[in-house]
Amino acid sequence: MSVQNQIMWNRLVSIVEEQAQALVRTAFSTSVREAGDLSAGIYDQRGRMLAQAVTGTPGHVNAMAEAVRHFIREIGRDTMAPGDVYVTNDPWMGTGHLHDITVCTPVFHRDALVGFFACTAHVVDMGGRGFGAEGESLWEEGFQIPITRFADRGAVDRTLVALLRANVREPDQVAGDLYALAACNEVGLRRLRAMLDEYALPDIEALADFIVDSSYAATVRAIAALPRARASHSMVTDGYATPITLACTVETHPDRITCDFAGTSGPDPKGINVPLIYTQAYGAYALKIAVAPEVPNNAGSLAPFVVTAPEGTILNARRPAPVALRHVIGHLIPDTVFGALDQILPDTVPAEGAGALCNFQVTLRPHDGGRATEVLTFNSGGTGARPRLDGLNATAFPSGVMTMPVEATEHAGPVVVWRKELRPDSGGPGRFRGGLGQCMEVGPRPGHSMEFRAQFDRMRHPPRGRHGGRDGAPTVVELSDGTRFPAKARFPVPEGQTVRLAFPGGGGMGPPSERDAQAVARDVRLGYVSEEAARRDYGWEG
Amino acid sequence: MTDSFNLGVDIGGTFTDVVLEGPGPSGPRLHSTKVLTTYAAPEDAILDGTARVCAAAGIAPGRLSRIIHGTTLATNALIERRGARTALVTTEGFRDVLEMRTESRFEQYDLNLVLPEPLIPRDARFTLPERVDATGRVLRPLDPAAVEARLPALEGFESVAVGFLHSYLDPSHERLVRDVLARRLPHLSVSLSSEVSPQMREYERFNTTCANAYVRPMMESYLGRLRDRLRALGAECPVFLMHSGGGIVSVETAARFPVRLVESGPAGGAIFAADVARRHGLARVLSFDMGGTTAKICLVRDGQPKTARVFEVARSYRFKKGSGMPISIPVIDMVEIGAGGGSLARVDGLGRIQVGPESAGSEPGPAAYGRGGTRPAVTDADLVLGRLDPANFAGGTLSLHPDRATAALRAHVGEPLGLDATGAAFGVSETVDETMANAARVHAVENGEDLAHYTMIAFGGAAPLHAGRLCEKLGIDRLLVPPGAGVGSAIGFLRAPYAFEATRSAYMRLDAFDEKEAAAILADLAEEASSFVRSCDAHAPIGTETRLYMRYRGQGWEIPVPLDGPLATTPTARGLLARFTEDYAALFGRAVDGLPVEITVWAVNAATPVPPPRPTPPAPPGPRLEGTPRRLWDPVAAAWTDAHEIPRADLADGATATGPCAVTEAETTVIVPAGFTVTGRADGVLDIRRTGRP
Repeated sequence: MSVQNQIMWNRLVSIVEEQAQALVRTAFSTSVREAGDLSAGIYDQRGRMLAQAVTGTPGHVNAMAEAVRHFIREIGRDTMAPGDVYVTNDPWMGTGHLHDITVCTPVFHRDALVGFFACTAHVVDMGGRGFGAEGESLWEEGFQIPITRFADRGAVDRTLVALLRANVREPDQVAGDLYALAACNEVGLRRLRAMLDEYALPDIEALADFIVDSSYAATVRAIAALPRARASHSMVTDGYATPITLACTVETHPDRITCDFAGTSGPDPKGINVPLIYTQAYGAYALKIAVAPEVPNNAGSLAPFVVTAPEGTILNARRPAPVALRHVIGHLIPDTVFGALDQILPDTVPAEGAGALCNFQVTLRPHDGGRATEVLTFNSGGTGARPRLDGLNATAFPSGVMTMPVEATEHAGPVVVWRKELRPDSGGPGRFRGGLGQCMEVGPRPGHSMEFRAQFDRMRHPPRGRHGGRDGAPTVVELSDGTRFPAKARFPVPEGQTVRLAFPGGGGMGPPSERDAQAVARDVRLGYVSEEAARRDYGWEG
Repeated sequence: MTDSFNLGVDIGGTFTDVVLEGPGPSGPRLHSTKVLTTYAAPEDAILDGTARVCAAAGIAPGRLSRIIHGTTLATNALIERRGARTALVTTEGFRDVLEMRTESRFEQYDLNLVLPEPLIPRDARFTLPERVDATGRVLRPLDPAAVEARLPALEGFESVAVGFLHSYLDPSHERLVRDVLARRLPHLSVSLSSEVSPQMREYERFNTTCANAYVRPMMESYLGRLRDRLRALGAECPVFLMHSGGGIVSVETAARFPVRLVESGPAGGAIFAADVARRHGLARVLSFDMGGTTAKICLVRDGQPKTARVFEVARSYRFKKGSGMPISIPVIDMVEIGAGGGSLARVDGLGRIQVGPESAGSEPGPAAYGRGGTRPAVTDADLVLGRLDPANFAGGTLSLHPDRATAALRAHVGEPLGLDATGAAFGVSETVDETMANAARVHAVENGEDLAHYTMIAFGGAAPLHAGRLCEKLGIDRLLVPPGAGVGSAIGFLRAPYAFEATRSAYMRLDAFDEKEAAAILADLAEEASSFVRSCDAHAPIGTETRLYMRYRGQGWEIPVPLDGPLATTPTARGLLARFTEDYAALFGRAVDGLPVEITVWAVNAATPVPPPRPTPPAPPGPRLEGTPRRLWDPVAAAWTDAHEIPRADLADGATATGPCAVTEAETTVIVPAGFTVTGRADGVLDIRRTGRP
């Protein structure tokens, strides 16, 4: 039995991969089809997550782990029928902001409800003030879809689709993505039914118990091996207008790790507040990657990580707080947790990194008065140096998304990316160097004007080094004439100018004086570190 | 074509296999030979092998009708990073596209992740001020003086890849660079991204172009020499190259775009396995090809190898998707890992045995070859574990030295770990088998397949030694080892149809559909594809298949829509919309309401028909053979066991033998594990089935 369960577990993993691939293949927004800002998972009939696509990003996956229970409660198990598809973009029940649409499809087999497929994707626009931190309440941030039916016994709710189309700036892309989300669950559903037929099973109850129980046990074994300890840490970050303190206390127990964010700043008037579901997603991710990375991600392996935040902190924001850029703060949670973990588990966690994805959105308007276009891009700074390795250059962490190819971005709208390459001297010096950030330069195609929305952090609080390693370079946002802007801002780009961006490098690990001389020479040869900086920071004498 | 003599040639990392198929008294007759690959001049081995098989068949090389050639030379150069000194010239502001990749981690849960090194290091990547936008308009013209100014930096290289943004829309800047380089630095080999892989998405296109540039000087000079030498031998017949997609191309095309050959040897192997699968009526087959340098694993469903449009070479992290280099060309989809008979074993800093990807190749080869190699390879382990007959290896062309294998294993694996030579050999063998089993599992999972219902078809010099153990690890119950297993890819080349796919990128929206233009495009493509096939075979009937790649406007990926009947030659917007909507709904559950549909790529494939397989009749009851006693290592019991040895020739149709046993033949040895029974079949296949350990 256990061997067969093992094989079927692997099958579920491949089914959710296929589900995610179907979403990429059918999606319209570049955030989904090029950058993979999506997640896909399968759930048992109680709503426990059994498997997730590895293409997903932790903020989606771990948040979506809870979402299906909300669908079950709101829709009502008794009213569910084959052919139904449910949808929401509720930040507190989905994945933290209105721009993520979550779609949930019940699976019926032999006339009984056996489980669910759910998926989430980040769409390019949701109406309101447009994607950015400027909204001061949820109402300003866009169109809200409460948990509702997208399809009722196979029939699509055209009223819902018409309302959505009327409320967003890119109706074809957003409505197309909604269909794509439904399509990807359909692909998963067919494959699950085929598996149940193949193994002549009525349902997945026994398999679900096997997956959840064995994952829980494996995770608890890893936790039990840790020293019993308690440690606190805090980190200050840019915020919107005022700096924000993120504080946490991590404590190990025989069968769980708790992580509480008491001491964290209160809510912000702008859209950088974080619903608890998203805080829990990244808190659990940080603990799991450090403690039990090998155990597959599901309801069982997540259960021993207990993440809490006091109500009224920015990490447990209450409706209707604005939350559009919840990821800018949420992505910094792992660095906060690592600071505490480093006191419990030596030589495990990295120095601080860029953390938050370096995303920006632009609106492009043709001079002749035609329709405006929205273009969203995802970019990454450097990750923090590791105890025995340099940080990764321009690589997303903790997010799991990809960048969009520049060519795909430029097909999405009349924008020109003039530069996208590594940023020398941005990695924090250390025995192991922080990963390099990157430089970008962006402008409109001739004949268009451009509005820029910066969604960055780490400008006044760059990633800190650890154990004698130095800080990475901070974020810079400026026009080509040198006019500087804060990390979160919305501004027009005057004709003939471009926006120049420099994204942060990761912090260093250990004293720079202990860096291997050959590694320094290689950094200089490849241009990661300039000769001047190598002399200054490492005493290089080449 | 019963009167023609066709030669299949496969250059692997260790052996060069040559197969001659000509008329025989009762159907086609095969002559084959294996020659050690001669790295400095790979054509030497081909000439040698060709002379041997021609002599065996009693013909002069002038009688050859055609030569079909495939090779892993290009792949191995990429995996082992042994290519030309190559530079990349790219758009200013984009020096690091190769290195920044997708800016993501291919493994979400590893804090100590290491990303693969880019093929071209940062100090060999140069930029030029130029820019084309997404509509194909030049935003910043390229000044020839700027190219001139870069010449000093490029002088020291052998090969240059040129990749500019949006060059698939306007290749003029890339061509300008080529023209200047041709004039000023004529020694440089130049590869343009607009020619190698003219597709949107810069990372994949640049990487494919760099891979082409990296292997081109070596492949170009090799193919030129090969043609000259064959002519000198009197073989004036046309030479074709197998490409990664399972079709064939001319030598001229192959020399310009060697990246298309990257998986050509393995592609031949997959076609060989598909042929065996069809003969035995098998719907689900795992093709396992293990040669001297790498192992290749491919899924064959319903007699057709799985295909893809992008693949990854040299995956660096537990074979995980995203950890290799993307190459966007049409390919037979497979995983290839650095695990072959020549893969070298060592002990790492944590005291773990590591095998490959570094290979002893053919020179010096494993220690047992006695050609100067002192480090232990998988072949050395196989020899020590009793799986190989030292006096009868590779058709007796090479005698093995057990003492040298033992010494190498003892020195490099045994001593660091406190093991004797047998224990070291067992560790090396288990490590490589586990590595291959993991790769197979990952590949199956990525394709949503469960290997338990698969039959393995094993070929390539080292596969019959390891396939049985792999079946045990993967839970596979049936294994076929076809005759000619040692030269499977080369036989596969002869089974490939002449096929050519002509494609064109041309956007057309169905709500602005031009029927005349559409018909003209399809007619052109059909003519282009058919005339190529006709040039290979003047008589065979030619069939064509038409496919359009279509999507809703705004999507980034298309679905292939196959067309037949009048739609394939004179399509209408209505007919295409209906077909697209139907196919889309079949794939994804429902069509999208109210969005415009567009065509992006038009494709016509022309091919000669694949002859229908002759089914292999069921095995009649036959004798149970005892053979002669032979000691074999049993990896499950971790002990020596009394086994027996049976000459393959004795396993006639229906004859059986019980494992553990070694079935010996000139080319290789087939190991049948305990708990399996082997039956000879009419077509010479060894049919090995799990019967359970006693």
